Amino acid sequence: MQDTRDYVLRTVEERGIRFVQLWFTDVLGTPKTFNITPAELENALDEGMTFDGSAIDGFSRVQESDVLARPDANTFQLIPWHGHGEPVARVFCDIFNLDQTPFEGCPRHVLRRVLARARSSGYTFFAAPEVEYFYFADLEVDPSRPPRPIDAGSYFDLTGADRSSDLRRRTVLTLEEMGIPVEHAQHEDAPGQHEIDLRYTDALTMADTVMTVRLVVKELARQEQIHASFMPKPLAGVQGSGMHTHLSLWEGERNAFSDPDDRYGLSEVAKHFIAGLLRHAREITAITNQWVNSYKRLVLGYEAPSHVGWARNNRSALVRVPVVKSGKPESTRIEYRAPDSACNPYLSFAVMLAAGLRGIEEGYDLGPEADANLYDLSPAELAARGVGSLPVSLNEAVDEMEQSKLVLETLGDHVFEWFLRNKRAEWSAYRAEVTPFERQRYLPVL
Amino acid sequence: MSRTSPPRSLVEVGRGGPPLLCFPDPLPGEVARPLREAGYDVRCVAGPAAAVAAERAGRTGWLGAVVSAVEDLTGAIAFCRHLRRRDDPLSPLLLIVARHQLGELRLRDDLFDDFCAVPVHPGELAARMAHLLWRRGQMGDEAVVEHGPLMLNLETYQASIAGRALDLTYMEYQLLRFLATHPGKVFTRDTLLNRVWGYEYYGGARTVDVHVRRLRAKLGEEHAHLIETVRSVGYRLRQGVAPGPRGWTRASEETAPPAEAATEGAWGEPG
Repeated sequence: MQDTRDYVLRTVEERGIRFVQLWFTDVLGTPKTFNITPAELENALDEGMTFDGSAIDGFSRVQESDVLARPDANTFQLIPWHGHGEPVARVFCDIFNLDQTPFEGCPRHVLRRVLARARSSGYTFFAAPEVEYFYFADLEVDPSRPPRPIDAGSYFDLTGADRSSDLRRRTVLTLEEMGIPVEHAQHEDAPGQHEIDLRYTDALTMADTVMTVRLVVKELARQEQIHASFMPKPLAGVQGSGMHTHLSLWEGERNAFSDPDDRYGLSEVAKHFIAGLLRHAREITAITNQWVNSYKRLVLGYEAPSHVGWARNNRSALVRVPVVKSGKPESTRIEYRAPDSACNPYLSFAVMLAAGLRGIEEGYDLGPEADANLYDLSPAELAARGVGSLPVSLNEAVDEMEQSKLVLETLGDHVFEWFLRNKRAEWSAYRAEVTPFERQRYLPVL
Repeated sequence: MSRTSPPRSLVEVGRGGPPLLCFPDPLPGEVARPLREAGYDVRCVAGPAAAVAAERAGRTGWLGAVVSAVEDLTGAIAFCRHLRRRDDPLSPLLLIVARHQLGELRLRDDLFDDFCAVPVHPGELAARMAHLLWRRGQMGDEAVVEHGPLMLNLETYQASIAGRALDLTYMEYQLLRFLATHPGKVFTRDTLLNRVWGYEYYGGARTVDVHVRRLRAKLGEEHAHLIETVRSVGYRLRQGVAPGPRGWTRASEETAPPAEAATEGAWGEPG
């Protein structure tokens, strides 16, 4: 990788870059960064930068707290939103132990490990998420009252909508400038809610991309005194922000999910993959929906999945198989609709792939398509059809995950145990709260 | 970006640069020696199969080729033909012949860029090779590749479009460089994967589509069509865009077809 290294060093020199941001992600998917100067970059590329990991969520260990951030030179990219003055670049890092072995707490390694397993079976894994989020009118967050969506925050709705659509448009242009192709972007159903659909790429690049997208969306909004949020369900009574993710496996030039002769256009590999996702859906939900608030999105009536089933044109199903235009078998893919925009994309893609691969390895059978709208069925009817439901709370999801060998193998001991501990603590803190809902409902009458 | 970069000496081209593909194995000493002394990294192969194998092993491609017909004329001609028929024809190609073989050059002008008759003065051989490389634009000031609004400086790794600097990742730069140094030529995804990424890359041909889409995004809507999708074949850099004057204007753009990036299918069809 000498060429890549030289390319980066030469570009830093030619473009007069004053700072390089080293980017990495903690276990919960929070972006972390530190700046280095061009003088330090050469050493960082060759040997990595040592830092104290104990302050990073999920990086702390009993003995050694120092870890090494090693830039992945392939991800070196100038940051366009620092428009004024000297240009700034960023590069994603992998985290290593001081002895140069991969650090167990690094989410990028977790994903790399599953991708390597897929590769050893001859598969490349592609992902394309649809990222939803809200624009709120007040940069300062006041948790005591619901945030004001930017559109509804104005007396002149058209003006508000114009402002947020304009901001979204500039965000998309900035992403394109950074080499992040956007398939489609639109105003979503809820006031102030927007959606950016990313064009498929390999899952590691896509996980990096999701981190970049969240930063770009937030940063450009902040410059306009607007608060952009990926909170799964910031407002009661309207839709939450999901991150439906389109998935496909490829064997060289061939889409391994496609079989034009099949009734659904799906290969056996695709059917086993879907069966794997469905069978392990409850176990991986703590990862794809990792916050107390995530489960307020997964309720009936807001186009979020709550039942474990698959269907072609039925948006209430957990796995949707989009209908492929005739003559385009290469665009065959499946859509997993549980994840929300506040997940850790590395860990989420890792567990989705692991569940699907398990389905292929074990040859799981795929049950029948959910033909009725699952939202309309009673619990008894659902049970009769063998349709399970997703966990209804973080607590239930964490219980499911704790029993899962698949998730343990995928995340590794370190991340698995830290995550469970962290999420149990979050649930305990939540349980100890008395909410406005309770006071409003009970105080007057009880 | 500076248009003029200091001319490289021959020796610098040889050291660390791509190797010179030579046939047969071994190359006659009177040819091999002066080339080595001039600093070229001489790699001899016995035929097309060995050339392909050597290419897979390295990642940098070839500087050019020297083919000696002195001992095996038929084999040498076949080898030249192989080099010219590749998706990415190898040049410059210097053919070495014996004086009595000069007649064999007739009607074979397409197979070589220049020739030398042996016995040859060592200095002449090196001078001819150097001149061929200069003409190919591999050396000195010619490290700048220009196509219409697109400009690449191969020395500094910097690219720009209509005067605007492009911020490319390493692989995006390599792909653009490869297309720009072979304008108008159509490459299959496999060829691009092999020549740009190297054989060890596992991502599959889909990777090429992904990177082309990223490059188009960075070129911007106005220039995205510079990289053209050739249906059911692959990609090429659009030729025939008038070489851009320094203060490039949009005038030449008016006859261009609409940017096709915008018309591609949702999940992305490979074309």
